[in-house]
Amino acid sequence: MISVIVILLYLVVIAFIGSVAFRRGKTNTEDFFLANRSVGEMVFFLSLFATNMTAFAILGSSGQAYRQGIGIYGLMASSSGLVIPLTIFFIGTRLWALGKRFGHQTQVAFFRDRWECDAIGTVIFTLCALMLVPYMIISIMGGGTVLANLSNTGAGASPIIPYWLGCAIVAVVVTLGVFLGGMRGTVWVNILQTTLFLLFGAVAVATISHALPGGFGDYISKLAGDPKTRFLVTREKMPPQAFWSYTLIPLSSIMFPHMAIMCFSARKVTAFRRTVVLYPLAILFIWLPCVFLGVLGAASLGKVADPDGVLLLMLQKYAPAWLAGVLGAGIISAVMGSDAHQVLALSTMFTKDIYQHYGGREKYGEKGAVHFARVFIVVVTIAAYAIALELKDKQGIFEIAVRYAFSGFAALAPIMIAALFWKRSTKWGALAATLFTAACLVYFAVLQNSRHPGDIIWQIGAGKDAIKVLFLNPRGDVSFWNGFMTVVPMVFGSAFCMIVGSLISRPPSQATLDKYFLAHQQQPDLSPVQA
Amino acid sequence: MKPLKTILLTLLVVAVYILHQDFWNWKQAEPLVFGCLPIGLAYQAGYSVLAAVTMAILVRFAWPKHLEEVEPSSKP
Repeated sequence: MISVIVILLYLVVIAFIGSVAFRRGKTNTEDFFLANRSVGEMVFFLSLFATNMTAFAILGSSGQAYRQGIGIYGLMASSSGLVIPLTIFFIGTRLWALGKRFGHQTQVAFFRDRWECDAIGTVIFTLCALMLVPYMIISIMGGGTVLANLSNTGAGASPIIPYWLGCAIVAVVVTLGVFLGGMRGTVWVNILQTTLFLLFGAVAVATISHALPGGFGDYISKLAGDPKTRFLVTREKMPPQAFWSYTLIPLSSIMFPHMAIMCFSARKVTAFRRTVVLYPLAILFIWLPCVFLGVLGAASLGKVADPDGVLLLMLQKYAPAWLAGVLGAGIISAVMGSDAHQVLALSTMFTKDIYQHYGGREKYGEKGAVHFARVFIVVVTIAAYAIALELKDKQGIFEIAVRYAFSGFAALAPIMIAALFWKRSTKWGALAATLFTAACLVYFAVLQNSRHPGDIIWQIGAGKDAIKVLFLNPRGDVSFWNGFMTVVPMVFGSAFCMIVGSLISRPPSQATLDKYFLAHQQQPDLSPVQA
Repeated sequence: MKPLKTILLTLLVVAVYILHQDFWNWKQAEPLVFGCLPIGLAYQAGYSVLAAVTMAILVRFAWPKHLEEVEPSSKP
C-alpha cells in the first residue's frame, strides 16, 4: 500500500508539472510541438534519453534476461550504445540544421520538400504512424504491469490497482501532461523522470544485495555450475547470427518519429555533443543492473508466472515498501517518458503532415492546429489503451516491440541516409523502400501467425548441408538464412530498393538540389563532416 | 576533414563495431569480474564505456562545426 501511495504522489507531481508548462505555453505549433526549438544542452540529453527508454529497457530487459540470460545486454544494450549515438551524431545533427534552416518539424515534411513529393510523403507517414502505435502500446502495457505488480498484496490476492486500471492511470497522466504542456511540459517532466530511472539501477542493486541471503557471486556460481541453467550466464543458447543481427535494430532509433522530432527541438547543435558521449554510459547505468537482476531473479526466485515482472517481484521481496514505491516510480518514469514523446510525435505528425499539409492551417489557423493536436492526443491514447487491454497475456512486451516497430523503423533508415547524403536519391526510391518495408512486415506477421515454431518456409538443398532460407525458429520468430533475424533482409532490401528506385527515376529539380546541397554558397552546407 | 583523419576515424568506428562480436566469451561464464559479473557481461559493460570513448573521439576530431552557424532561411 505504501509503495502505491508513493507512486501516486509521483504521478500527481508529473501532472502538476504539465499544468505549469501549460501556463507558460503559447498557442502556436512551433511552441506546442518543439518548445520553440529552445531545449538546452543537459535538458536535451535527459529528454532525448527519456524519449528512447521505454518499459522495454527496464521490464523487457530484465524479463528477457530471466528467460535468456546475460546475452541480452550485448544483444540490445551495448550495440545500441554505439549505433544510436552514431546515428544521432551523423543524422540527428543534420536534421536539426535542416529544421532550423527550413522550418521542418517532422521527417515527412523534410522528405516532401527534399524530393518534391506529396502522396509519397503520405505513404511514408502512414507506415511510420502504423509502426509507432505498437511502440506506444508497450509503454501503456508496461505501466499497467508495474502498477499491478507493485500493488499486489500477496500470493493469490488481487492487486489494489488491477492491470486495466494501471494502464488507464498511466494513459490519463501522460495524456494530461502532453495535452496541457506539449513538448515543453514533456521535456520538463523528462528531467525528473530520467534522473529517477538513471538512479533506479544502482539503488535496486544496492538494496537487493543488502537483503539477499548470500552474495551475488554465490547465485551466479550456482547458475554456472548447473548444466540446466548455465546458459543464463553464458551465450551458449544464443545464435551468433541473431546476436549480430541485433546490431542493425538500433538503426530504428533515429527513424522513430519521436526521436527525430526531439532532434528538431534543440536550441543549438552543440547540445548533441554531450548527448552522444553520455548516451552509452546512461544505457550502461540502466541496462546492466536490470539484466543482472533479471538473471539473479532466475536463481533466487525460481519459476515466475510473468518474467517481465521479475524485477518488480524482487523489489517487493527484498526492498522496503517505501523504497519499492520510489523504485517503482523510477520504472514508471521510463514508461511515461517515452510514451509522452510518442503521443506527442503522433500528434505532431498528424497535425503537420496531414491536417496542415492538406489545408487545415488556411482554414482554421495556428490556434486551430493546436486544438486539433490536443483532440488527436486524446483519441489516439484511448485507442492505444483499448489495444493494450486486448493484447495483455497474448505477447510479451519485448516481442511486440521488436517484431513490429523496431525492425520496420530500422528498415526505413536507408531512406533518411539517402535523403541527407545522396544527391541522386529520388522519391521513387523512397517509395520503393517504404513499400518493401511494409510488404516485409505484413508477410512476416502473416507467417508468424499462420505457421508453427520450427516450420521451414523455404530451404535450399537437403540434409545436413541444407540452407534454411526462411523459417520459424523454435521460439516462433521468423528467421532468415540459418538464423539471421528478419531485420537483416529488411534493412539491406530497403537500401537496395532505395538505390535502384532512385537510379531508374528522375532526380529532383536543380533548384531543390541546390537548396539542400549547394546552400553553402549562402550558408554552411549540410554535407558530411568538414572538421 | 583531411583524408588520413577520415580513414583513421572510419577504421576506429569499424573496429569498435567488430569488437562487439566477442565470440571468444560465448561459452564462458568465468572468471566472475568483481566476484559476481560473468565475463561475457563484464566485457559488454566495458564495451559500453569504449563506445562512449569512441563518441568522445568523434566529437573531438569529426564534429560538424559548420552546422553551428546555420540560420533560418529567408526562402520558403
